Amino acid sequence: MSRSTRVAGLASLCAVALMTAACGGDGSSEADDASTITWWHNSNNEPGKGYYEQVAKDFEADHPGIDVQVSAMAHEDMVSKLDAAFQSGDVPDIYMERGGGELADHVEAGLVRDLSEDAADEIENLGGSVAGWQSEGKTYALPFSVGVVGFWYNKDLFEEAGIDAPPTTMDEFYDVVGQLKDAGIAPVSVGAGDKWPAAHYWYYTALRSCPQDVLEGAVTSLDFSDPCFVEAGEVLEDVVAAEPFNPGFLTTPAQEGATSASGLLATDKVAMELAGHWEPGVMQGLTDDGKGLGEKTGWFPFPEVEGGGGDPTAQLGGGDAWAVAESAPDEAVDLVKLLLSDDVQTGFAENDMGLPTNPAAGGAVSDPALAELLKVRDESPYIQLYFDTAFGTSVGGAMNDEIALLFSGDATPQEVVDATQQAADQEM
Amino acid sequence: MTQQGGTLVATPPEETTARRDPRRAVAPRPRLAWRERLEVLVFVGPAIALMAVFILWPVVSAVRMSFYRWKGFGPMDDFVGWANYSLVLGDDVFRGAVGHNFLIVVLSILVQLPLGLGLALLLNRNIRFRGVLRTIIFVPYVLAEVIAGVIWFQLLQPGYGVVDGLVGAVGLTAPEQGFLGTPDLTLYTVFVVLTWKYVGLAVLLFLAGLQGVPAELYEAAQIDGASWWQTQRRIAVPLLGPTIRTWAFLSMIGSIQLFDLVWVLTGGGPANATTTMATYLINQGTARGNYGIAGAASVVLFVIALVMAVLYQRLVLRRDTHEAR
Repeated sequence: MSRSTRVAGLASLCAVALMTAACGGDGSSEADDASTITWWHNSNNEPGKGYYEQVAKDFEADHPGIDVQVSAMAHEDMVSKLDAAFQSGDVPDIYMERGGGELADHVEAGLVRDLSEDAADEIENLGGSVAGWQSEGKTYALPFSVGVVGFWYNKDLFEEAGIDAPPTTMDEFYDVVGQLKDAGIAPVSVGAGDKWPAAHYWYYTALRSCPQDVLEGAVTSLDFSDPCFVEAGEVLEDVVAAEPFNPGFLTTPAQEGATSASGLLATDKVAMELAGHWEPGVMQGLTDDGKGLGEKTGWFPFPEVEGGGGDPTAQLGGGDAWAVAESAPDEAVDLVKLLLSDDVQTGFAENDMGLPTNPAAGGAVSDPALAELLKVRDESPYIQLYFDTAFGTSVGGAMNDEIALLFSGDATPQEVVDATQQAADQEM
Repeated sequence: MTQQGGTLVATPPEETTARRDPRRAVAPRPRLAWRERLEVLVFVGPAIALMAVFILWPVVSAVRMSFYRWKGFGPMDDFVGWANYSLVLGDDVFRGAVGHNFLIVVLSILVQLPLGLGLALLLNRNIRFRGVLRTIIFVPYVLAEVIAGVIWFQLLQPGYGVVDGLVGAVGLTAPEQGFLGTPDLTLYTVFVVLTWKYVGLAVLLFLAGLQGVPAELYEAAQIDGASWWQTQRRIAVPLLGPTIRTWAFLSMIGSIQLFDLVWVLTGGGPANATTTMATYLINQGTARGNYGIAGAASVVLFVIALVMAVLYQRLVLRRDTHEAR
């Protein structure tokens, strides 16, 4: 062989090597390693981030040879990265599942490991809260934080506007909005740009307008013909007509930056926001001192809708559960069990990272606003899983888009129901 | 031998020996061809492989996806024929998105062309701070679209934003929901940001085109008593024709594929006022998990862009390529 051919051969070899490196360089090789556990979570602010790093280190110390790779991401980033991961089939070993229709789809595609046997003790300990992560009698993920959605408010601004107590009915809610406006305070922020924060309003008006059996029927049969769903939209139209929202709310993002809905609440720009149990943590990340609203944080449940057919004490909620990928090493299950243990759940609660599901940790929630929320959660007759999660992304996305249109006055209550039904019919 | 030695100097040694020596003529020739083929393979192969992996394969898989109902994971086995296409084409949101794309195409040419041309003619003159001005106009083009989007998103914040402050300072009232939150204004607001971002490219291309206009023509016109305005109108602009047509083509394709800036500024909202075909397919695909519908939308986008490009090449750019010959 002449020299030039050898050089050419070498060059082509390099080209091939470069190409395969470029094509396969997405980190998948790490995940396949039996001694490495990849773990994605969304506690990307202190103290949560550091706490989980410590948990991972402790686990590594107890399991020699195991390397836990923790990735802390902002929630929205994590969701989009997870979507891509499911698509490629290269799912992180431990990740967060929100339950409902989404989980059912992942189970159907064979991406999630059945934990019923391996974590039987933990499942029993968690009791009823695992229901949202079960499918056909099997448990696919262990909920570590279950919360309910409600109004987070700024106690100082409420006081400034002369409001004595948080509203308990919609009429009182409108009074509060009026009082805040009179005091020159923007009453409510909503991140309608991201759509789901706007949709939570409709979920709640539906929860207050529809009896439990109608809602449960709708989740399983995807039938929205009951008139209470249109009533829900009508109640919401009244809320929008009262103009309680921050200027520009139609393009306001939910949680990113100081001008997001959460940022406006955290920086005293608005008096309240409808959000889940994650809100204090999000606000902490959006303020320079890392305290969020701090002492000023208050919480009250979504008000009662007068004349509505739903249970006024039922709550909308949901949570996050640790799921293990089908392809994960067995040690990943051990790590998930550790995460649900009394110790870790207590530490989780003490750091205000969420609302623990392990009953042993319930007393450790120190934040008064979160403790209030926990009380409402435990006293609630039932917790309706967020509709978009319960129905799955396709129906949920169509529904959220149409509800956002109702916020801008471009859709009627009937059109919200129609768009949801249309998307649901395509699923059948 | 001496004669042969003389020719050897002029021609490459291998070729000469191959031609002269019948015994060796057979052996090296195929080896040469084989080597040539290998060279072609080595140099072109990686490029073709990259094209196949990153362009051809995604196109093919998008077409394939568009005939299935598929959630983005698991097996792709629910064949639905043309159902996704009729869904996409019957969707008001998608048709609105196509309308928005074409509005941006038309507005870009109507507004950015005169603006870019005017700035280019101005900056082609010997004025003070010419370099600085050129840089200022060109800097937005260098910024990443996402960064430009984030900056403008903050500037356009209702109430607290700089733009609202400026509008207030000159005695006007900004819309209550902000420029990005008022459905009737949002697309035009996005267009203003797009113009700010891309007029620099037009100016750059036009300035380059103006360098190609021979100085003698200006001189001759001046001697004939033409004013500055007349020389620009009768000489500079007509001779810029090919550059303008190429710019218009780039602008058109960019407007059809518009995504980043819209996504950062509005996400397609409010009330679908700024959806483009690209935001529609992201919303259907990534957000809702309807990858079949997103696939169909992307094929429609591809066909629209292809038809426009081919028509433009045939009808408008042909005269330029003919001139070049």
